Amino acid sequence: MNIFESMSKIDRRIIYLILFIVATVPFLFKVEIPMKPTSDVVEAYNFINSLPEGSAVIISADYDASSMPELQPMLTAILRQLFSRNMRVLVMSHWALGVPLAQKAVEEVAREYGKKYGVDYVVLGYRPGLQAVMVSMGKDIPKTFDNVDYKNRPLKDMPVMQGIKNYDDIGVIIGFEAGSVGDFWAQFANARYGARIILGSTAVVAPDLYPYKQAGQIIAVLGGLRAAADYENLVHHKGTATYGMTTQAFVHFLIIAFIILGNIGYIATQRKRRS
Amino acid sequence: MHLSTSIWVWVAAFFTLAIFSFLYKDNPFYKFAESVFVGSSAAFAFLNLWFFDVKPKLWDPIASGNILAVIVPLILSILMLTRFIPQIKWLSRWAIAFAVGMGAGLGIVGMLNGYLVPQLKGTFLPLWVSGDLATTVNNWFLVFGTVFTITYFYFSKPIKGKFGAAAKVGIVFIMVAFGASFGYTIMARVSLLIGRIYFLLHSWLGLI
Repeated sequence: MNIFESMSKIDRRIIYLILFIVATVPFLFKVEIPMKPTSDVVEAYNFINSLPEGSAVIISADYDASSMPELQPMLTAILRQLFSRNMRVLVMSHWALGVPLAQKAVEEVAREYGKKYGVDYVVLGYRPGLQAVMVSMGKDIPKTFDNVDYKNRPLKDMPVMQGIKNYDDIGVIIGFEAGSVGDFWAQFANARYGARIILGSTAVVAPDLYPYKQAGQIIAVLGGLRAAADYENLVHHKGTATYGMTTQAFVHFLIIAFIILGNIGYIATQRKRRS
Repeated sequence: MHLSTSIWVWVAAFFTLAIFSFLYKDNPFYKFAESVFVGSSAAFAFLNLWFFDVKPKLWDPIASGNILAVIVPLILSILMLTRFIPQIKWLSRWAIAFAVGMGAGLGIVGMLNGYLVPQLKGTFLPLWVSGDLATTVNNWFLVFGTVFTITYFYFSKPIKGKFGAAAKVGIVFIMVAFGASFGYTIMARVSLLIGRIYFLLHSWLGLI
């Protein structure tokens, strides 16, 4: 076996080992690569800043633990912006497991900014039904959640819910998407009720959401860890996404190197076989 | 180094390493972690269905004596279960017809009003934007990319000649889209790896 054949047949376990080492080193040595926020992230940031103080914002945490590395830092960074601008935050989810994750993030950030439950934020919880829930929220948000929060406390007693009836009273809906819920936000909440929407998503989902942005159905797409890191940069609070992006860059270089090596090996082997 | 003292962090670390061990080869630790995951997922799905659907929407109203409010869903639910009795399983079609009808109604409105029409509108772009070359080039890509890609999926005419050439350009656009999706997928999967490595180094081992 010559060198080219070896290059196209590297044992996958060696590749995993190298990948693991390359992914670990930037964390251990705290390497950081400077980044300029992408235009979509800046658009989302500026749009939220343009909302009047005290506006109500819906956070829809439509993801679970498997998408936490990408979406949790994004959510935390956006919550910092919202609370620093004294927005009212309504947390909900179309995924049952999204509620505790979003609740964890909102409670942490609310503590930092001295915000109180029921006054500055509320957790509405999870309701099954997806499109039906979105359509129902367009008519009556409290009624959709049976007029109670996730612990069955009446919403009418909470100052945070005062004056909120439907999407007309919401400054922006920010969806954090690990699946297809983002499509439905655009197709139902926007198309039917004209709701303003920003969609943060895992990188896998992001390409599916860009057509909505291009058609003007949503304000911005925040795609994956990169967008989370950019947002941390904009709110001046570096976190796991910022450090993770350095690792991301290192691993991308490694994968590109492996793709090139694999292809050189493949082409060389093919030529040898033909001759 | 500051090892975690939380038992749950150790449990999470064990399962993380057990799953990673599959990268070397299949082994009992991986099998165990996989089985625990499947079992707990099934249990969660059952509880989720009970506590968010059946109990609040059906059981609670019946228990509080308000059976009339849920009589229609109750009948439809029972009809759905008739699938398990061969003699009367045809009754389940009524419940399925209701579910399909509702799904189609929501889906058609959503697709037409929320997807097809806005996306069509999104391609009606000016091919010359005065003083903005970048937007002009982008618009050309978008408009002609859409036309050529649709050409590739037009199956009522043989794909040859000028029509075939247009379809081939469509393939280029499709390949670029696949490439972009693949790039994003790598980024997503690496992000998951980063999340786990950060957990092991930070929350478990306390190295960073």
